[in-house]
Amino acid sequence: MHSVMDKPIIQISDLDFWYGESQALFGVNVAIGPHRTTALIGPSGCGKSTLLRCLNRMNELIEQTRMTGQITMNGHDINAPDVDVIELRKRVGMVFQKSNPFPKSIFENVAYGLRIQGLKGAELEGRVERSLRKSALWDEAKDRLQESALQLSGGQQQRLCIARTIAVEPEVVLMDEPCSALDPTATSKIEELIQDLKQFYTIVIVTHNMQQAARCSDYTAFFYLGKLIEFDETTKIFTNPGHKQTEDYITGRFG
Amino acid sequence: MTFQRTKRDWQSIGLTAFTATATAAIVGIVLMILGNIVWNGASQMSFRFVFGGTREGMFEASRAGVFPMIFGTLALVILMTVCVLPVGVITAIYLTEYARAESAINRLIRGAINNLAGVPSIVFGLFGLGFFIQFVGGGIDKLFYGGELHYGEPALIWAAATMAVLTLPVMIITTEEALRAIPKGLREASLALGATKLETIWKVVLPQAIPGILTGSILAVGRGAGEVAPIMFTGAAYYLAHLPTHWTDQFMHLGYHIFVLSTQSPDVERTKPILFGSVLVLLMLTFFLNLAGVLVRARIRRRARFGHA
Repeated sequence: MHSVMDKPIIQISDLDFWYGESQALFGVNVAIGPHRTTALIGPSGCGKSTLLRCLNRMNELIEQTRMTGQITMNGHDINAPDVDVIELRKRVGMVFQKSNPFPKSIFENVAYGLRIQGLKGAELEGRVERSLRKSALWDEAKDRLQESALQLSGGQQQRLCIARTIAVEPEVVLMDEPCSALDPTATSKIEELIQDLKQFYTIVIVTHNMQQAARCSDYTAFFYLGKLIEFDETTKIFTNPGHKQTEDYITGRFG
Repeated sequence: MTFQRTKRDWQSIGLTAFTATATAAIVGIVLMILGNIVWNGASQMSFRFVFGGTREGMFEASRAGVFPMIFGTLALVILMTVCVLPVGVITAIYLTEYARAESAINRLIRGAINNLAGVPSIVFGLFGLGFFIQFVGGGIDKLFYGGELHYGEPALIWAAATMAVLTLPVMIITTEEALRAIPKGLREASLALGATKLETIWKVVLPQAIPGILTGSILAVGRGAGEVAPIMFTGAAYYLAHLPTHWTDQFMHLGYHIFVLSTQSPDVERTKPILFGSVLVLLMLTFFLNLAGVLVRARIRRRARFGHA
């Protein structure tokens, strides 16, 4: 595979995953390179969101799930018994499909994760401002930091959720269909943002939007019925896919 | 085909009339009760009646006052809220946030809560007498006071504790509903930012649930102010010369006072104005307690919506 994959930040090996009795993922192997954007695509129910939620162990919140296989981050097994899941989630942030700002002020939303880490005063304010700048929300929000986050538009709310996530300074940012509820203008703003954020973070994004995967990702993984069908550089996947199923999906013949 | 109506929908008309009559009957009954109380009680309303004591004569319409009863009722309701609020909220948090939804223990607790809600209130009174006064109170006296009576007799605190047990189900159920109504996305967002479960509950879940918790408290207070049976054996007094000053004192209570006036009076006709006056005061007290709760809740809801919480 490509040279950047020699030192992946996240390595997923032989991952199987079950919800109760039904298996959602079958022997998945993916390597995620640092400072790259990796897109997970595939029809609904193919397991891409499940895989994403394995990376910060959010699936643990669902009763009766289990997994086998291994996920390592910087060489460490994230499911090892001595791993603090709280620490893991600080290093692997997540942006959800539905923007879910806390019903607090804009400032307090971004400050939330920082306050938990014990930050206060000028340091806290500095970090909040930097995160809002990085997520291209500062100019729109700087005069209304004390207003409710719920008064922002949908696209602004989602950028606020991104600001909130990167405020904690994670290494990896997981995005679960972050634009699915947004209009095209708001979507293109988020896509630009993803391009900018790549220099600071490793991004894994689940998307239903082929153009979005093609526009913002370096690598693309195509899933079908819980199996990884194809994983390669995005340009390769979209110009010369190795599997018939991949080609059918990206050209819109099914899914 | 035309859209001309060929026959009237008699069924629909009949049903409309029937449901409207039923509604009117309920409104009518409420108005009759309220009207009767206001009509008979209004003449008794005066500054002296509401803020006066009982020392001048409990059964004399021109001299009786109900301030000690108002004071006792308020003290009872406040102490009861202090007891029921933490227990109810913590139980609801356990049931929604920690217990597995389908576990045996969860079903057991839920069954217990539902059964508790169906127990007649007089049974709570006897339970309070047996458990709180004789067992807990008597135990405290034996352990700390060498058997001398301090806690082992009817008292404000035991009446409040009994009333707290009575109102516990409504507190738990309304809090649970409030907790369940909070979107899963908010909890996930907090956890994904590296918050612990406790931090998530404390900083995200509970602030959102406060209006619901207040609803539970309002319902509990409404019930607690009016119930008489649970406090008859546990702390309410027929007559006291002084206001209670300590939670081990007995107290007078509006509801119990009404019961006393209607059953113990030497001359029913002469005490009738006091009786209706007391009922009116109790109704107004409950109304104002509810109103205060609703106003506080509306304020918090507004603040939560605009994010200045």
